[in-house]
Amino acid sequence: MIDFEFEPSVKAQLKMYHAVAEGMMRPISREYDEHEHEKPWQFYEAMWSAAQNLGPGAPPEKASATEKGEGGAAKLRNLYTCLSTEELCWGDAGLFLSIPNPGLGGAAVAAAGTPEQKERFLKRFREGKPKWGAMAITEPGCGSDSAAVTTTATREGDDYVINGTKIFCTAGQMSVEKSEGFVVVWATLDRSAGRAGIKPFVVEHHTPGMTVTRVENKLGIRASDTAMIVFDNCRVPANHLLGSAEVKPTGGFKDVMATFDATRPIVAAMAIGVGRAALDYVRDFLKDQKVPIRYGISARRLTTVERDFMEMEVQLKAARLLTWRAAWMLDMGMRNSLEASMAKAKAGKAVTLITQKAVELLGPLGYSRKVLVEKWMRDAKINDIFEGTQQINLMIIARRILDYSSKELN
Amino acid sequence: MIRDTVVAFARDEIRPAAREADETGIIPLPLIEQAWELGLVRGVIPEQFGGYGDSRSAVTGAIVAEELAFGDLSIAVHALAPRLIAFPVIEFGTEEQRTRILKDFASDTFTAGSAALIEPRFDFDPSALTTTAIQDGASFLLNGAKCYAPLAAESRNILVFATTNRDAEFAGVQGFLIPSTTTGLTIGGREHNMGLKGLASYEVKLENCRVGQESRLGGEQGIDFARIVSQGRVAMAAMAVGVARAAYEYAKDYAKERKAFGVPIATKQAIAFMLAEMAIEIDATRLLAWEAAARLDSGDDALKESSQARNYAAQSALMVTDNAVQILGGHGYIREHPVEMFLRNARSFAVIEGIAIV
Repeated sequence: MIDFEFEPSVKAQLKMYHAVAEGMMRPISREYDEHEHEKPWQFYEAMWSAAQNLGPGAPPEKASATEKGEGGAAKLRNLYTCLSTEELCWGDAGLFLSIPNPGLGGAAVAAAGTPEQKERFLKRFREGKPKWGAMAITEPGCGSDSAAVTTTATREGDDYVINGTKIFCTAGQMSVEKSEGFVVVWATLDRSAGRAGIKPFVVEHHTPGMTVTRVENKLGIRASDTAMIVFDNCRVPANHLLGSAEVKPTGGFKDVMATFDATRPIVAAMAIGVGRAALDYVRDFLKDQKVPIRYGISARRLTTVERDFMEMEVQLKAARLLTWRAAWMLDMGMRNSLEASMAKAKAGKAVTLITQKAVELLGPLGYSRKVLVEKWMRDAKINDIFEGTQQINLMIIARRILDYSSKELN
Repeated sequence: MIRDTVVAFARDEIRPAAREADETGIIPLPLIEQAWELGLVRGVIPEQFGGYGDSRSAVTGAIVAEELAFGDLSIAVHALAPRLIAFPVIEFGTEEQRTRILKDFASDTFTAGSAALIEPRFDFDPSALTTTAIQDGASFLLNGAKCYAPLAAESRNILVFATTNRDAEFAGVQGFLIPSTTTGLTIGGREHNMGLKGLASYEVKLENCRVGQESRLGGEQGIDFARIVSQGRVAMAAMAVGVARAAYEYAKDYAKERKAFGVPIATKQAIAFMLAEMAIEIDATRLLAWEAAARLDSGDDALKESSQARNYAAQSALMVTDNAVQILGGHGYIREHPVEMFLRNARSFAVIEGIAIV
C-alpha cells in the first residue's frame, strides 16, 4: 500500500533537527545575513561535534548515487537526508550550506572515487576539527554548459598540474583556507575529447598554486561563502585523480551527472525548507490577525488571502511529494534522473514564488528587515539556479520524456 | 493487475469511442457492459449482498479513475456512476438499505445509479447546501434544485444530499435514497454542457418531496458527509490526472511527428519546455491525489488534503490541456484531434463536485 507516513524514530529525529533549526540557527540568522563574510564558529563547532556523535545524516551528508545502504533507516538514506535538510533549511539555508561537511566535493569523491580514495579523502570528516569539502566546476565562461570546462590538468611525472579559474564554488574558502578540507576540481586531460576528457581531481587545502581570489557578495544565502579559485600551476599527486584516468566516452563526466541525481532532491528539499519557513510565518501571522483559512469550502467563496495562502501551501506540498519520490527512488536503486530534475525544477520555482507571495501578503511588514520573510525570499531564489537552473532541468526532463539526445534537443 | 486491465480497456476500447460519444451524446451500451464486466462496481459489494467482497481502497480507486478518464471522461463517469449511490450505501447504509439498494448493482448487467449533490448556483458549496430536508413527523420534506445528476433518468433510486441544519455545515448534510418515481421529485431534461458531452446528466427538482425515515442513509446514525465529499475530491483529482495525461501524451507524440523549419517541433525549446512542465504537473497532481487517498484509506480526515488535491488538479489539468491545444496550434482547435475535447472536459474539474467514486 502507498504510505506517506514515517516511522516514529524518524519523526523523533526530525524533531531534533527542528530544535537545532529553531534554537541554534534562527537566533543568528539575521546576524550572518547582515555580516556576510563573518563566520559563526561556535555554531560550526556545535554542528561538527553533533555530526561526530550522530553519524551520517547529521549534518546531512550529500548522499551518493552509487552508494546503497542496507536495511532500516540506512535504506532510505536519501529520503531521510531530504527530511533533515528541509528542517535545517527551515532554520536558515545559508547557515545550512555553511555547516562543516564533505559537501559536493565529498559527493564527487563518493560517486567517482575508488574505495581506497573514499577512505583516504573522506576519513577526515569523522575526526578532528571542523572541515569542509567543496566542488569546483563552474568557470567564468561556462556554467550550465559544464562540459565546456577549460581548466586543464597536465601529467608531469607523478603529478598532475592544474591550470584554470573556477567560480561559484560553495564553501570554497572554508575548504581551501579555513580548514583541513579539500576541493574537487573538474579539469580536462584532453580538450579534443570533450566530456570524456573531463576528470575530477582532489586538491588538498593550502596546496601551493591554488588561491581563493574572491568571495562573492550575494542576494541571499550570505552565511555561505561562494568563492572564486584560481589554479596556477597547481600540482597534485596522480592518485588524486578520482576513478580512472582513461579518456573514454563512458564514465568520467557521467559521474558528475550521477552526483546530480542524488543532490538535486536535496537542493529541492533545501528550497522546501525555506518555503516552509515563509509559509509557517504567514500562517501564524494570519492566525494572529484572526484571518481564517477555510479548507473544504467552495473556491468561489474564498477571500484572495485564503486563495493565495492555499496556493502557496499546495505548491509547497506538490514540490515536496515530487522531492520525496525522487529521493525514495534512489534509495530503491531506481534510476531517478527524470524525477530528480522534476523535483528540482518544481521546488526551485515554487519556492521562489511562495516566498515572493509571502512578502506581498505581509505588506510593509514583509518588506521590512525586522522580520526574516524578506531574507527567505532572497535565500529562496538560489534554489532555482544552482545545481542546475530551472531551464537546464526542464531541458533534462524534456530530453527524457521525448527520448531525445543532447544533440537532438539543445 | 486491476490497473493493467483498466489501462488496456481505456486505451483499446474507451478512447476509440470517445469522439463519437462527445459528438452524439451517446455512449454505446455494449461498451458500458464491457466496463461492467471488469467488476468495478459489483466487485466492492460485500458477498452477502451479491458482490465479490473485494476490499475497497481509495488509492486503487484513484488509479482506476485516472486510467478510465485517460480513455474518456464522459465514459469513465458513466461507467462508474453506479458507485455514486452504491459506495455510500456500502459504507454508511443500514442493513435494510444495503439489502434493498445493493441488489440492483449485484447484477450481471450494467445498472444505472445516480447521486444529486450539485446545485445550480455560482456559489454552490457542499458545506452550504440550499436543498433542505425538514423532519416532519415520521417523514422528511425535501425542497431544492440539483443539477449534474449523472444517469438520473435511468436510475431506480437517486441519492439526494440535503441539509437538515445549515449552521452545522458538513455535519448538517444528510443523504436520502429516493426512488426516482417519488412525488415531488422531478427529473428535468438532459443537460447540455461545454464538455462531458457523452455523459447523460440531469437537473433534479425537489418540491415538497416527502420521504420516509427509511430513506435517510444510515438511519439515525446518518453519514459522514465530509468523508463522501473528500472521496469525491480525490476522484476528481485522479480523473483530472487522466484527462491531463491524455492531452499530454497526444501533444507529445504530435510534437515529435510534426515538422517545422525542417525539424520536429519537439526539438524546439519553446515546445519541449511546455511538455516538460506538463509532465511535472501531471506527476505532482497524481502524488497529491494519492496522498489524500492514502489518508482516506487509513480512516483519517482528508477534507483538507482532498480539497488541495482537487483544486490543484483543476488548475493543472486546465494548464496541461490548454498547452496541448497550443502545441497542436491550429490543428488543436480542429475537432479532428481530441485535444480540444480534453480541454473542454478538463474545465469541469473546478466546477463539478462530489463524484464520490473512489
